[in-house]
Amino acid sequence: MTTTATPTPVEKVAAGTADYLDQRTGVGTFVKTFARKIFPDHWSFLLGEIALFSFITILISGVFLTLFFVPSMNEVHYEGPWAAMNGVEMSEAFASTLRLSFEVRGGLLMRQIHHWAALIFMAAIVTHMMRVFFTGAFRKPREVNWVVGFLLLILGLAAGFSGYSLPDDVLSGNGLRITDGVVRAIPIIGSYMSFYIFGGEFPGTDLIPRLFTVHILLVPGIILALIGLHLFFVVLHKHTQYPGSGRSDKNVVGYPLFPIYVAKAGGYFFTVFGVIALMAATMSINPVWNYGPYDPSPISAGAQPDWYMLFLEGSLRLMPGFTEVVIGHYTLSLNVIIPAMVVPGILFTLLAAYPFIEAFATGDKREHHVLDRPRNRPFRTAFGVSLLTAFFILVLAGSNDLIATHFHMSLNDITWAFRVLIFVGPWFAFWVTKRICLGLQRKDRELVLHGHETGRIVRFANGEYIEVHKPLDAHERWLRVQHDAIRPLEIEPAEDSRGVRRKGYRLDRMRQRLSQTFYEDRIEPVTPAELAASHSHGQHDAIEPTGEHAPAELTGAVGGGQHLVDPQDETAPDRRNR
Amino acid sequence: MKALAARRQDRRAPIVLLLLALLLTGGLYAVLAPTSADAAPVQASTNDIATGEKLFQANCASCHGPAASGTASGPSLIGVGAAAVDFQVGTGRMPMQMSGPQALPKPVQFDQEQINALAAFVASLGAGPAIPTPEQVDPALGDVANGMLIFRTNCAMCHNAVGAGGALSQGKFAPNLWETTPTHLYEAMLTGPQSMPVFNDANITPEEKRDIIAFIDQQGGTSPGGLDLGSLGPVSEGLWAWVVGMGLLIGAAVWIGAKSS
Amino acid sequence: MTNHDTGHEASNEIVTHEPGALPDRFEDPGHPEHHDRMGDNDPKANKRAERQVVALFAVSVLASIGFLVAYFAVPPGETPESMLRSNLALGLGLALSLLGIGFAAVHWAKALMNDHEKSEDRHLQRSSDENREAAVVALKDGASDSAIGRRGVLQGAMISALALFPVALLVPFIGNTGGDWNVSKFRHTMWKKGTKLATDPSGRPIKAADVTIGSVFHVIPENLDEAEHPLDEKAKAVVLLVRLDPADLTEAEDRKGWSYDGIVAYSKICTHVGCPVALYEQQTHHLLCPCHQSTFDVADGAKVVFGPAKRPLPQLPITVDDEGYLIAQSDFTEPVGPSYWERLAR
Repeated sequence: MTTTATPTPVEKVAAGTADYLDQRTGVGTFVKTFARKIFPDHWSFLLGEIALFSFITILISGVFLTLFFVPSMNEVHYEGPWAAMNGVEMSEAFASTLRLSFEVRGGLLMRQIHHWAALIFMAAIVTHMMRVFFTGAFRKPREVNWVVGFLLLILGLAAGFSGYSLPDDVLSGNGLRITDGVVRAIPIIGSYMSFYIFGGEFPGTDLIPRLFTVHILLVPGIILALIGLHLFFVVLHKHTQYPGSGRSDKNVVGYPLFPIYVAKAGGYFFTVFGVIALMAATMSINPVWNYGPYDPSPISAGAQPDWYMLFLEGSLRLMPGFTEVVIGHYTLSLNVIIPAMVVPGILFTLLAAYPFIEAFATGDKREHHVLDRPRNRPFRTAFGVSLLTAFFILVLAGSNDLIATHFHMSLNDITWAFRVLIFVGPWFAFWVTKRICLGLQRKDRELVLHGHETGRIVRFANGEYIEVHKPLDAHERWLRVQHDAIRPLEIEPAEDSRGVRRKGYRLDRMRQRLSQTFYEDRIEPVTPAELAASHSHGQHDAIEPTGEHAPAELTGAVGGGQHLVDPQDETAPDRRNR
Repeated sequence: MKALAARRQDRRAPIVLLLLALLLTGGLYAVLAPTSADAAPVQASTNDIATGEKLFQANCASCHGPAASGTASGPSLIGVGAAAVDFQVGTGRMPMQMSGPQALPKPVQFDQEQINALAAFVASLGAGPAIPTPEQVDPALGDVANGMLIFRTNCAMCHNAVGAGGALSQGKFAPNLWETTPTHLYEAMLTGPQSMPVFNDANITPEEKRDIIAFIDQQGGTSPGGLDLGSLGPVSEGLWAWVVGMGLLIGAAVWIGAKSS
Repeated sequence: MTNHDTGHEASNEIVTHEPGALPDRFEDPGHPEHHDRMGDNDPKANKRAERQVVALFAVSVLASIGFLVAYFAVPPGETPESMLRSNLALGLGLALSLLGIGFAAVHWAKALMNDHEKSEDRHLQRSSDENREAAVVALKDGASDSAIGRRGVLQGAMISALALFPVALLVPFIGNTGGDWNVSKFRHTMWKKGTKLATDPSGRPIKAADVTIGSVFHVIPENLDEAEHPLDEKAKAVVLLVRLDPADLTEAEDRKGWSYDGIVAYSKICTHVGCPVALYEQQTHHLLCPCHQSTFDVADGAKVVFGPAKRPLPQLPITVDDEGYLIAQSDFTEPVGPSYWERLAR
């Protein structure tokens, strides 16, 4: 502002406004601190932004919908352009949904934007969480923010479910009826919980107004507050960054907030909103006029919830019925409690608690700001894939009738197949993923030790043919050797030197076992000594032992170098990496 | 679905079946002459009935028995009426060429005249529902809104809210109704083919049946919101949200994150 | 508590540096060289990128105008086709208006803004030792100022007050929320001795003679409309009526009188979680629930043959009146719908 040239009128106004604001708010310090704050650049860091921006889209379109939607279960007779509904008795909620879809200009567009954005919101939360999980971005100091994000996921489910039920159509009404059935299965207080929710017997006349308040005030209010907290933590911790040369736990490398991210994130907001508008313009979503107003008698084939609730539906479908038991005169509906409460309880608890479990197993108190490459943490990656597999199998089980019709299979056979798969699939996925991770790490070692294959064959004077390998440059190499291969925790022995049994040994032993489960199988990154050995010895892959450290290192990787693999080279300290 | 079903048929099957049927019926025909064909209350000429009988003996008797009284492989057709024949043969479900969870629609084997003759013959065996008149099945005369109400209580649980079809147990399914002709819709309700229950005129009145036909007639066409995604409900919507929505958005993210050249 | 710089002092390993020996770990080679973009050196490319950004903004402007035109010129009308047109025109206008801005901003940032990476230092999250000590002192000073530690009665009074006041909020939040809390309503439906069975939704009473073998009737009580809360009553009272060949029908000894000439009536509400069980397969006599695929055998007391339900569907005892109409003999003899804790308790 203190330029020597005479300020233009615009600059004068800007300076005046800034001065006015700063004198009253001290905003100058804030701008100085944040305007040029550095954020790292990577596409996967935008997944969370999809969630944020689709949420803003939901808020904008949602406000529009509240202008026309009537949250009432009073019965009216519809009169309007939709012939199949003319004269039909329905609740005001359903009638107003039809009116805002067919008679309000732009109403259908806004409704479809709202619903597509909701599906995208949940999908973005899940993919964002996957990114955070697989790259280890939840490690210290970000554990608390992981929990905040987890709560946002749960609230997103609540927001979606409450909104899905508002139009009072047959499809969502049957969803509510299932909810009623699940709530009633809760031991002791189930029937009272059902009365509490519905204000009496199902369906009653209170539910839609109640859900409306939950959907437009309670849940979005909490979501907004938590999003604020979530972003505050992002600024406080500074963003994580992927490994690479010049990036460490002590710095953050990237571009300044202003102007790069103002433009990129701002542009991405418009892109997210635009893509959702494009979907709403071209693809029909939740056409409630197909389902008709709620009535307890009808039901339609393909009765399913939105995708993010589909795993619960699948879980309910897979459960065999014999598990309902009667104790004395009291009924314990385990055939409902297990699939609708225990299964999601396990999935979500594991998800929320994972950062703490991993920290316990790792025994690591350092702050981490450089992300892990998923392959370098085989247990975590395999665990995540296994959780996702379980989720995916349940989603498929929830769609088993559509699978049956589209692939001409028997519904009953599919259900049986999934009943087996839900137990076998996650274990298999775990095993396969872990093998793939270890394999990729070996591949990294091989690249570092022997370089890229060039496809150029050279013949030596003695007649030997070799393929020329091009060594990695320092940046390529650094990416593959920068990580630590975490080792299982060492614990103090059970008895001290005087033979007295130590307090807390059992906990330590448990912790060690957990740690071994996590880190027993591992591949160490290449050390300079190994690389030097691989170069200087030329013809031989084996290296000389260099002190106490060497036997712990893996040597010669698959298929590299000038010679065939010697299987004995592939030795890990615990002999489990074969 | 129809195309898929058709592709699974072996092209030689009808010929083999036809030969078998001819061999079987050739000998039996003389022994079991038709009994009191004129007892049936249908306005069909004896000529039609005779043609129909010939066709029946050649194409149907191997399963339904030479007297149409049923065998282990096919039910009795006495009293099913002309409507059942017109539906089963007119949609290509019969003659059945392959045993499976249920008879699938496929290219029709006979022309309408032959079907009428077959229907007349079967109707002559015992009183049963007749083929509806064009006026009975005219969608223009039906009340769409009432059709919607009747349809969703009686039909939607199997055929989906707008007739897109759905799964039954053990590999059976309720077909999509959008391409089915009004006459066949009416006949299906009246006769209850295969897994489908019968909806007689006391259950769903002829006017209500026409209302349902009027409702079906409006489905499967233009959806006000855009592409209907198969009208299959939230599962297909979720799939498209992931594939199209997340696909485009992640694509955009990769573009934003990539360095400019 | 050490801040770990990647590449050094890995915490749980002993690092030995022998003079002249190779280091245990590779060194970070430092920031890679910056590569210029095409536009950084070629003014033409730079200008071209600028023009593209301008064009994208222009697309947005045009699309916004297009949206406004469509809003007035393409009304939703009365037919699905006109609604589709309106939705498509408005949606495409909005989408292009937004995407134009989005792509323009991103392209601008990528192609024209300074793309030199910068580095910023991080600091440990934990406060410095001095600050921690000062914080503890602040809290201690505050506590001693309030003398909370020494005034036991005051402490107790405060805690009691704070613990009790939420109850005053909680009670009204629960109080009337459950209506009359009369959960015994689950046990009864509208069916009474003599209630006629009528078709759903048209409400025509059903004659036994009209129920032919193989047909299925969706049934409501004839007087449903007279109920105080018809939907609540319908949610419990819906029934499925089927006639089977008496030869196919297996009936329990104590229920022999509950059917009429092969006609049986079962509750349509699933005993699993309460969906309407409505898919009747005529040939197998199986009744399938489209929600979770519990399958019931209507020919054999509606017992479960597949899926997550445990109990058979409750049967409605029926008979005929003098005019041949089907009527109920009584209410259901057990609660319909999903199981709940005190279902069998008296």
